[in-house]
Amino acid sequence: MTPLIDILSWISLLVGGAFIVVGALGLVRLPDLYTRLHASGIIDIPGAGFIVLGLALQAGWSLVTAKLLVLMLLIIFTSPTATHAVARAAMHMGNRPRLANTEVEPSKR
Amino acid sequence: MMFATVAVAILVSLALVLSRAILGPTVFDRVMAANSVGTLCVLLLAVVGFLNGRPDFLDLSITYALLNIIGTIAVLKFFRFGDLGHSGDGPTS
Repeated sequence: MTPLIDILSWISLLVGGAFIVVGALGLVRLPDLYTRLHASGIIDIPGAGFIVLGLALQAGWSLVTAKLLVLMLLIIFTSPTATHAVARAAMHMGNRPRLANTEVEPSKR
Repeated sequence: MMFATVAVAILVSLALVLSRAILGPTVFDRVMAANSVGTLCVLLLAVVGFLNGRPDFLDLSITYALLNIIGTIAVLKFFRFGDLGHSGDGPTS
């Protein structure tokens, strides 16, 4: 483990942790379901991506890196699917997004 | 050291997301928070595996990720259509 790889891995882990905390804060603070879906995406893609990248840099070329790659691929495919399912179910149940200009009738879809 | 820092960050985020799951106004907020809890749980398992020097925990992480997506889709389908065997309502809906 060269020091350069080590430092890169630490930076990646710290950036991923910061993204995760920011996403969780947004999940608490944002005003609407659809904006909170954006915060959930922040947790899933950049946060998990940077943390998995840091762990893969720590692991080196081995089976562990392959497992981390499979894990990240799974998260990349399933997170937008879940977000889309939540948004579609919410729209189907009549949960409209909050708009800045409230006089205009919200568009159908 | 760095793994412990990331584990603490993930635990703090878990507390925040759980607060959203408890006081979310609609059921969709709760489902979304449950999905985020699943993702954070996967990451926490991976980081704790590295923290203890046992990266075999990654297998558990992959299993949790698979269970997470199935649970989210099943709950949403149940709340939308009323049963799990519904075939959906076409591409235009």
